[in-house]
Amino acid sequence: MTLDAKIPNGFLAEKWTQHQFNLKLINPANKRKYDIIVVGTGLAGASAAATLAELGYNVKVFCFQDSARRAHSVAAQGGINAAKNYQNDGDSIFRLFYDTIKGGDFRAREADVYRLAEISNNIIDQAVAQGVPFAREYGGLLDNHSFGGAQVSRTFYAKGQTGQQLLIGTYSALSRQIANGKVKMFPRTEMLEVVTIDGKARGIVTRNLVTGAIESHNAHAVLLGTGGYGNIYFLSTNCMGANVTAAWQAHKKGAFFANPSFTQIHPTCIPVHDRHQSKLTLMSESLRNDGRVWVPKNREDKRHPNDIPENERDYFLERKYPSFGNLVPRDVASRSVKQVCDQGYGVGQTGLAVYLDFGKAIKRRGMDAIKHSYGNLFQIYEKITNENAYEMPMKIYPAVHYTMGGLWVDYNLMTTVPGLYALGEANFSDHGGNRLGASGLMQALADGYFILPRTIADYLATLPYDKISTEHSAFKEAEDNAKNRINQLLALKGNKTVDEFHKELGLIMWNHCGMSRSEASLKTAKEKIKVLEEEFWENLSMVGSNEELNQTLEKALRVADFLEMSQLMVTDASHRKESCGSHFREESQTEEGEAKRDDENFTYVAAWEYQGKNKSEVLHKEALTFENVKLTQRSYK
Amino acid sequence: MKIHLKIWRQKNSETPGKMVDYTLDEISPEISFLEMLDILNEDLLKKGEEPVAFDHDCREGICGMCSLYINGRSHGTEQGITACQLHLRSFKEDDTIYVEPWRAQPFPVIKDLIVDRSAFDRIIQAGGYISVNTGSAPDANAIPISREVAKEAFEAADCIGCGACVAACKNASAMLFVAAKVSHLALLPQGQVEKQSRVEKMVAQMDKEGFGACTNTGACSYECPKNISLSHIARLNREYLTAKLASKHLS
Repeated sequence: MTLDAKIPNGFLAEKWTQHQFNLKLINPANKRKYDIIVVGTGLAGASAAATLAELGYNVKVFCFQDSARRAHSVAAQGGINAAKNYQNDGDSIFRLFYDTIKGGDFRAREADVYRLAEISNNIIDQAVAQGVPFAREYGGLLDNHSFGGAQVSRTFYAKGQTGQQLLIGTYSALSRQIANGKVKMFPRTEMLEVVTIDGKARGIVTRNLVTGAIESHNAHAVLLGTGGYGNIYFLSTNCMGANVTAAWQAHKKGAFFANPSFTQIHPTCIPVHDRHQSKLTLMSESLRNDGRVWVPKNREDKRHPNDIPENERDYFLERKYPSFGNLVPRDVASRSVKQVCDQGYGVGQTGLAVYLDFGKAIKRRGMDAIKHSYGNLFQIYEKITNENAYEMPMKIYPAVHYTMGGLWVDYNLMTTVPGLYALGEANFSDHGGNRLGASGLMQALADGYFILPRTIADYLATLPYDKISTEHSAFKEAEDNAKNRINQLLALKGNKTVDEFHKELGLIMWNHCGMSRSEASLKTAKEKIKVLEEEFWENLSMVGSNEELNQTLEKALRVADFLEMSQLMVTDASHRKESCGSHFREESQTEEGEAKRDDENFTYVAAWEYQGKNKSEVLHKEALTFENVKLTQRSYK
Repeated sequence: MKIHLKIWRQKNSETPGKMVDYTLDEISPEISFLEMLDILNEDLLKKGEEPVAFDHDCREGICGMCSLYINGRSHGTEQGITACQLHLRSFKEDDTIYVEPWRAQPFPVIKDLIVDRSAFDRIIQAGGYISVNTGSAPDANAIPISREVAKEAFEAADCIGCGACVAACKNASAMLFVAAKVSHLALLPQGQVEKQSRVEKMVAQMDKEGFGACTNTGACSYECPKNISLSHIARLNREYLTAKLASKHLS
């Protein structure tokens, strides 16, 4: 099978407009004859579901949380980018496109990223119309700040809770359609299988998390807005329930997985403090606008940070990258922090932390201004660490945050399974090897509000209206698969808990397939995961039954998929012998220790095809061509 | 440190529940309250017993999923936080801690500490939105909104829908939750067109779900992890009264 990304011809700036004209339409009266399933109620899923319902389709929506309003988009702090150029500082659609392509280290498609930048402005309009209370200037117009990796101010924000406010927007749009009867909502329901008939996605099998009922749902198309798989590392900034099951099960049914090893490690998180720690908390990188990152110049310096004089501090980001300083992109900042800590300069009890200091900013801008910009972030920090960051520097360390990898999709957001779409973090499309700050919310909403509702019609128009009954053997087979998986797990009466397995897997991935990877470390990871997976299926300790609310079973199902998925991540990381974006390959670095990309051999998307349990996956390459930007080695010096 | 726990255990909505005693020894005061429950659950699993079911997700105080009534208070005795932001350093050696689910008729217990809060979703579905279809919005800067109004709307929109207000109220009133949404949208120019029907429909749904009446005691606001102010209830009352005076649906 050859991958066809279906990128339209024509000039970059005209591709999307032209493409929309070429797409088939569906008559308003006929839209109600189509059923669409949406899994996930984050920004991507909820915005798509609401918009499709507004257009007249019948939509069924599923989420594992108790309410659609709780999906983890809610936790995004910093903001959302748009090329409005309200600040008159030279921004444009092309500049947002260029920054995103460059920030992603030239591993994303030009056409997709340009469309994203184009649509960014509509998203802000839509959100404001819904009542999203973005920050404003004294004259009442919208305020912007600059954000990691950008030299213009294009980020719209609502304190440090931009994700929450945007999600309330999508949730209310979704709620309106539930009230209209166009959306049927299934909370506390987890998708376990995609059902394909004649090679097309025609439904899903779910488990009701309260009763345990295994149920089939049919539709003309299935959309996955199920987020990323950063939780494979156990400790991450993801919510506890985030998992790869929907995407992984789709992969097993024929959807290719693209660039699975591209994982973003966010530089500014609260450091790990205890072995019982269950998750990590992000401190928005907007803090780097005013905070200065440093470590003591002397390794043995155990003084209180406030007692260490200026000339004995190493502001290492400002030293190494004079033109971007503390605002270098996430991957560069994370690696630098890891480097100084590995060299023994780290601070705090574990030595795995660096300072983020606001002392100078408070002197320059005044306490009130700092409180206005970051008040709630300082509060979160204090709640967790019991330390007051107005009085002493914060301590930060990198943590797993986002997965750029995801299901491979074409320009229409369709996976390699016809009728199966992936949106938001669940797809691989726009961020290449590294996502820029404030671009995640933008992409999720571009996909959900503006792209998918337009492109899906082109596919649906080729289908007959007829529904396929859930009595069809394909549904029965998928139900049996799910039930067998559950029974197999419930029969395990070993003595290791699912969390213990998950933590072990996380540690293997963090140590050997984390911020930097090498041939040797990846080989170790592969061997260790294999052993761990075998042990999981023998020695897992399970309790309870399927026919009840059983959180142990929920976790076990997710970890079983993480164990399989992690092996694909390692395979992908091994094959990509270049450093690029957040993927730092030790064998591929410059003399100064910076990442070295290999455009000659790796300017492609790696899309993996599942072949069956314990069989090597087949690699398909989608070559990336750049006609509008020149490939340069990123330099933030 | 050592702590004693009394935790509500209830197999499902049909079976009566009871408080069960547990003791945890040698745990670090630096861990969070939910991490303490994780440790307890690991111990229970090791003994082949059913772990305590509780709702939680983001563990950073924003998703609103966690819903624990700790020592007789929503989200515990500290102010302005959710249960996931509570740390054991807030307790003393040998303390006995009571952990219960939200207690309110419209929030039936599903299992152990998990309750059904879908009543909140239905209240939002009744009218907690601005009816604007995707694609029909004017330019975002077309309507200036003063900084003060945007700030006040934000403070109302800050509600995470956890239900702490209902659990804290002796009458299980949902007024603070409803007020936060009504206020958020009534403050903004975009929300004006539907403001009358919105407040009527949302209050009607609130009553239908069986939430109690408001007596302005203020426990809701005091226990709210986002410190949502009682002034929003005042605005809700004003909006409701104005709406009813002009209402086409007098009942």
